[in-house]
Amino acid sequence: MKKIINDPDKVVQDMIKGFVAAYPNDVKQLPNTTGIVRKEAPFSNKVGLVSGGGSGHEPAHAGYVGQGLLDAAVAGEVFTSPTPDQLIEAIKAVDGGAGVFLIIKNYTGDILNFEMAAELAEAEGIEVDKVVVNDDVAVEDSSFTSGRRGIAGTVFVHKIAGAKAEQGASLQDVKQTAQKVVANVRSMGVALSSCTVPAAGKPSFELADDEMEIGIGIHGEPGIERKQIGSADDIAAELTKKILEDNKLTKNDDVAVMVNGLGSTPEMELYIVNGKVQELLAEKGINVYKTFVGEYMTSLEMAGCSVTFLKLDHELKELLDAESNAPAFRAK
Amino acid sequence: MDKTNTKIQENKEYLTTLDQAIGDGDHGINISRGFQEVMNKVSGQAYEHVADVMKDVAMTLMSKVGGAAGPLYGTAFLKLSMTFKGQDVDYALFSQGIEDALNGVKQRGKSDTGEKTLVDVWSAVSERLKQEEKFDGSVLEETARTAMENTKDTLATKGRAAYLKERSIGHLDPGSVSSFYLFEAFAEVINEGE
Repeated sequence: MKKIINDPDKVVQDMIKGFVAAYPNDVKQLPNTTGIVRKEAPFSNKVGLVSGGGSGHEPAHAGYVGQGLLDAAVAGEVFTSPTPDQLIEAIKAVDGGAGVFLIIKNYTGDILNFEMAAELAEAEGIEVDKVVVNDDVAVEDSSFTSGRRGIAGTVFVHKIAGAKAEQGASLQDVKQTAQKVVANVRSMGVALSSCTVPAAGKPSFELADDEMEIGIGIHGEPGIERKQIGSADDIAAELTKKILEDNKLTKNDDVAVMVNGLGSTPEMELYIVNGKVQELLAEKGINVYKTFVGEYMTSLEMAGCSVTFLKLDHELKELLDAESNAPAFRAK
Repeated sequence: MDKTNTKIQENKEYLTTLDQAIGDGDHGINISRGFQEVMNKVSGQAYEHVADVMKDVAMTLMSKVGGAAGPLYGTAFLKLSMTFKGQDVDYALFSQGIEDALNGVKQRGKSDTGEKTLVDVWSAVSERLKQEEKFDGSVLEETARTAMENTKDTLATKGRAAYLKERSIGHLDPGSVSSFYLFEAFAEVINEGE
């Protein structure tokens, strides 16, 4: 393992310290927790937005704390959900009287910890509601599985629910809009190499030099197929096809596109993938309203990318365009 | 108090074993961190009731482990604490405690037996305890071990391993393994006490 760290057991604490030092005017650390909160929180009569999850997905989740986005993000250990006691502190810190909305990615651990925190919050008289993001089409849903994973599409939920809350919408309205995003967002990823969890010290999985794993999860958990690596165009075509099959986008639909790097893929390659994705959408007569290329939801130093399509209506376009100011998502 | 002390000493040893067995996955890292924190919390403290130890264990696991294991193990120990509250723990109460813990874990994780999770081990142990009338460490250990080993051939339908589908067959469920260590340690305590 070759990493710029001090101590594998202290990576999260050390990261939080450095993060706050980088944005001292915008955020603060909740005392004795790994939660990052907007400096002026709570905002009276605004729904407070809390997200979070394991560390190792930077800029998620702290990078999305800011005006028009999240009010707080709680970091768990690497690839491990934050604990209920930390989440409840964040919920309390952002409760301005209009309730608190939780954005959760669909992983068993995240759901369990957020649910426990929500129960604790309700016991303290704070109104809480939530949305579970499950945008990854790689994993089929069935009554027997835990459902689809939540991956990069979560960033669109942060942005749009954040904009809705900033407008002063009620907890119910924020939830409704967030659910609309979840219903219309689909993603899929590919990995060319493994990540190494600091505390584990060795790669999470092995991939041969000429192999790629299609449908990889953001924790390095296996995808659906391992095969010979293809060209950027092949990869873009395969991911796009899978997502379109699921999302049923048709001619003249408007979409937002995100090509997300998983931690160690150069922007050059992300743009190459994006070029092909746009071409394929144009062929189908699907209108690209806005495009995001970069690192939004990473998986430590995994090489690879994910592609996300969000089908937009008038409301979602307006909220996507709304002003936001967070380290990882500035819009005007 | 002697019993508690013994338990804690056993915990220390089985923790090391646990980490060696599955220490490279995130479950191993999280659960060993959690139990290390448990050690820090309960060792050297004087407890009047077993229930109080269980409560401290529950709260520590919940706040230090994260992932799915934190809430699940936290819930299990919290239920034990609630069942044992204010009482001396005899066989019947212990058996009841395990059943309550099992139900708590099932409810929290929305899972059931046969889904390749720690529930498989807890439910096998609970069933067996109901059939017996007194503590028998080797029966306890054997039951937990068999249930753990059975998860190897099961198709995962819950938890993160569910994403692997067919590829989950042939691998032991880590939650079952850590649960086995827990019962194994407990069985050792019982055997030593005899």
